[in-house]
Amino acid sequence: MSTGNMNLTLKIWRQKNNKAKGNLVDYKISEVSPDMSFLEMFDVLNEDLVAKGEEPVVFDHDCREGICGACSMFINGRPHGPKEGITTCQLHMRSFNDGDTIVVEPWRAKAFPVIKDLMVDRTAFDRIIASGGFISVNTGNAQDANSLPIPKVQADSAFEAAACIGCGACVATCKNASAMLFVSAKISQLAQLPQGQPERYRRVQSMVAQMDAEGFGNCTNTGACEAECPKGISLENIARMNRDFYSAKFVSEEDI
Amino acid sequence: MAELNAHIPEGELTEKWTKLRSSMPLVNPANKRSIEIIVVGSGLAGASAAATLAEMGYKVKCFCFQDSPRRAHSIAAQGGINAAKNYQNDGDSTYRLFYDTIKGGDYRAREANVHRLAEVSANIIDQCVAQGVPLAREYGGLLDNRSFGGTQVQRTFYAAGQTGQQLLLGAYSALERQVGMGKVEMFTRHEMLEVVVVEGKARGIIARNLLTGELERHSGHAVLLCSGGYGNVFYLSTNAMGSNVTAAWKAHKKGAFFGNPCYTQIHPTCIPVSGDHQSKLTLMSESLRNDGRIWVPKKKDDPRKASEIPEDERDYYLERRYPAFGNLVPRDVASRAAKERCDAGYGVGNSKLAVYLDFKANTERYGRIEANKQNIHNPDKETCMKLGREVIKEKYGNLFDMYAQITGEDPYELPMRIYPAVHYTMGGLWVDYNLMTTVPGLYALGEANFSDHGANRLGASALMQGLADGYFVIPYTIGAYLSKELATKPIPQDHPAFVEAEASAKAIIDQFLSIKGTKSVDHFHKKLGKIMWDKCGMARNEQGLKEAIVEIQQLRKDFWSDLRVPGTADEMNPELEKAGRVADFIELGELMCMDALNRNESCGGHFREEYQTEEGEAMRDDENYAYVAAWEYSGDVTFKLHKEELKFENIKVAQRSYK
Amino acid sequence: MAGFGNAFSSSIGKKLIMGITGLFLISFLVVHCFLNSLIFVNDGGLTFNTGAHFMATNWLIRAMEVVLFAGLLAHIIQGFRLVFQNQSARPVKYAVTNGSANSKWYSRSMGLLGTLLLIFLIVHISKFWVISRFTGIPTVDANGHDDMFVIMVETFKNPFIVALYVFSMFSLAYHLLHGFSSAFQTLGWNHKKYTPLIKALGVWYSIIISLIFASMPIAMYLGLIK
Repeated sequence: MSTGNMNLTLKIWRQKNNKAKGNLVDYKISEVSPDMSFLEMFDVLNEDLVAKGEEPVVFDHDCREGICGACSMFINGRPHGPKEGITTCQLHMRSFNDGDTIVVEPWRAKAFPVIKDLMVDRTAFDRIIASGGFISVNTGNAQDANSLPIPKVQADSAFEAAACIGCGACVATCKNASAMLFVSAKISQLAQLPQGQPERYRRVQSMVAQMDAEGFGNCTNTGACEAECPKGISLENIARMNRDFYSAKFVSEEDI
Repeated sequence: MAELNAHIPEGELTEKWTKLRSSMPLVNPANKRSIEIIVVGSGLAGASAAATLAEMGYKVKCFCFQDSPRRAHSIAAQGGINAAKNYQNDGDSTYRLFYDTIKGGDYRAREANVHRLAEVSANIIDQCVAQGVPLAREYGGLLDNRSFGGTQVQRTFYAAGQTGQQLLLGAYSALERQVGMGKVEMFTRHEMLEVVVVEGKARGIIARNLLTGELERHSGHAVLLCSGGYGNVFYLSTNAMGSNVTAAWKAHKKGAFFGNPCYTQIHPTCIPVSGDHQSKLTLMSESLRNDGRIWVPKKKDDPRKASEIPEDERDYYLERRYPAFGNLVPRDVASRAAKERCDAGYGVGNSKLAVYLDFKANTERYGRIEANKQNIHNPDKETCMKLGREVIKEKYGNLFDMYAQITGEDPYELPMRIYPAVHYTMGGLWVDYNLMTTVPGLYALGEANFSDHGANRLGASALMQGLADGYFVIPYTIGAYLSKELATKPIPQDHPAFVEAEASAKAIIDQFLSIKGTKSVDHFHKKLGKIMWDKCGMARNEQGLKEAIVEIQQLRKDFWSDLRVPGTADEMNPELEKAGRVADFIELGELMCMDALNRNESCGGHFREEYQTEEGEAMRDDENYAYVAAWEYSGDVTFKLHKEELKFENIKVAQRSYK
Repeated sequence: MAGFGNAFSSSIGKKLIMGITGLFLISFLVVHCFLNSLIFVNDGGLTFNTGAHFMATNWLIRAMEVVLFAGLLAHIIQGFRLVFQNQSARPVKYAVTNGSANSKWYSRSMGLLGTLLLIFLIVHISKFWVISRFTGIPTVDANGHDDMFVIMVETFKNPFIVALYVFSMFSLAYHLLHGFSSAFQTLGWNHKKYTPLIKALGVWYSIIISLIFASMPIAMYLGLIK
């Protein structure tokens, strides 16, 4: 089972660095096994390239089990490829057919500049979290965990929002390169928990302001983000963020 | 060279930490502002330490090689986190958690450290919940618990199969909060390549900016290594692709002793290897063993499908061998039992290197309970299975999806095929009670240190330890050192020690690029992994280990003469990064084999075939080996052994039995 | 607006304007559609002209007309701003995109559909509103009301105008198909129990409104309504 019998043509975006102009380059790859993951197929390609003295394709990846959110390939026009509910690293070659041509591009957004080849800079997400995606509680300040009962439905809903892995597929697929699904997931997680209430309206204002400052586009409710999110983060979160934003701006007296 | 003094406080076990904490020298707020602390790694230990130290007022610089601290590999922990809360009223207590951990670690951990861990475990849950970590709850709104291996109480808190993710995101948000306030300076896509030691004290690091290739000097009054474990020495493991030993290994080469390098945890429930192309292995959480039953056919080389093998022809070998703990025996025991069955020819699947993890019985049981709840009387089997599947889905949905994705099989219909895989390393940098290594001012936290798990870690204890070290231990213990450093001015970065450290890091990089050989980094990594797995893996013996040492030495020679690293040093170059990591793994691999060879006993994750009972259980030698093996680097990949005797004053050392 | 910070200039604020004006225009369409449907009484336009007379003379309606144009203008201007801003959020385009895998074409084409509707509106307004308001309607009907009906009949004798109207009503249908439920989402009205209802209502609304509007020029062109 070590090698398979699939032959594929890959068209991969190669770009030397942030300043250079990039282009799609064709690669042929043979003996691909359907049991390989998509990234393992890239490993094989890179081994070939190193053997030939060429530079391997640079891409982000780490845990390879769909949770770290590092991998980020735009495959045949879709983030993380043709299957729903998974990341690139969980995509297996059995989802493709012998003879296929596969186009692989980096996430594209002004706020996600390309670093090299398929690797992009997603630190904008960190800055958004740093602007307010937390509950201000210093270590040692906590009360007993069970002193604050939270209805299961609410806790589960907060968890579903918290499942976001910060991969950026939502931005990549959105025709407007909007980051609202990502931002709303964090706002929504904390807004649904009693611990998150004291900073609820502060948080939504700061995070939205930072999101806008990063140069992401505006949401037009196409729903592509929700459909492509590997963790199934729901559009309900965006609606909840909008609600909180209006409350913050038009009801709360604290303006940020 | 430093003395091997663990600095364990005097007094009763239960009083040690409390007393130390209240007598620890403090640093006043004004002084804290001028003290800089470097934190390498941003996982549970690193992020929690960086955030907490910044909250206290220290100036913190935090480094990670990932593009964001949120991607540290703690994120992949699935099952849960232990805490002695006794919310289930099942007799849990600090002592019981302490006892279970010492026993689970096969009596090779330091009593005082483990007791402290059990003491602070409850605070961790409080802290995380306060941060908004959505741990699983019951309908009454209170926290839920599940069982994990090696215990008979339910003390594991969880968030579906993503506990590590949720806890890390909690610590990450605390860290980012400090970043936003300017109290932590975050350096992502940076890799530490050298520890800078000035006059015997750790005073900074050399880090490579992975984006530009630039070597940067960073100085500080103390350096915290929170860089995780070294399971990737086996090439195939459940660790992330980037997980590495480099930070710890560079520290080791600068004088930090390496403790118990041979203690490796092989996790019993991972998805089996499917072919040579495999780049990593995926864990199926231990929590699955709550509801799954492990079996193999009673007949050797049984060609039938799992569903065609009748009940009485199945060997539930864990339940047979260990009736008291059954499927919930600790990881090392479960792994060895699986290997034993497969080696004896009872394995399943194409490779015959797998056993079944079957949810059918419990699915039906849950279905029956569910039917009862819905007032369906005398439900037929099909209804039970249907209802039960919903329950299972709720509990383990994401794990089942992950399995289906990787194997192409539906685990709701067929039993999972699983096999042990490298998962965690109990060994690591030797630290004293204050988490300081043998280099003053250099600390190691979380999986990077050796301290709490002995020879085998219990499930759901890694998250506990990482967060305990970062949130609740280091913030206190570091004061003991820093309070004596108040007079130390900011460390000048043109000090000869910095110049020299940077030059040595640069020399290694230049050498990688100048070899221009024929083989890729992965080629050598795979070879190393195979040697380690075959000869220093789940079972080890003297002959194999001796062979392994020779083979690794040869591999090291080949590596330095035939390596090919494309590209240049002044750009994003992942092959170059990997070269540095594999170079360190090769040296570490040799030390692991030496340590395994030195330890003429079987304990926890270290199983020497020569030392086993007639029933195949591990046989410890408490007389001669009740010590921590702390290795000193003595130049040119040679090592000198130091011993820290382990004294058990509160627990009666006995043969571990889960029967 | 002092005190409201970036409430309207933020990404969510901009969307809020689109949502509110959108819903306002949606409600206007109901009124407009109802009034125009009076032609189906088929009484030579008497009922219709009565309705038109009421609309033209009631002071509240006249006031609302100003609001309507303001809302329409805000919707158009903000819409174009969003389109351009959103395009600049992705300066380098993808070589391959597969939008149909995750969203509806009309959701992704609101800018295009809106532009088509704008062209239509220019024609529509110049044909009817400008005449009724400024150049004056030349004839009166039996009740002495301005005979708007005759102008309709005359206009829809031209097959090109009829084709333009029918085509534009397709644009309207798709614009509404996205816009209706999207406005609710933007306003934050997303609820597990009500959202499916809103979505269904949106679909029915879009189809019915557009069908009725489209049937008018067709019916007149075919002479079914005289």
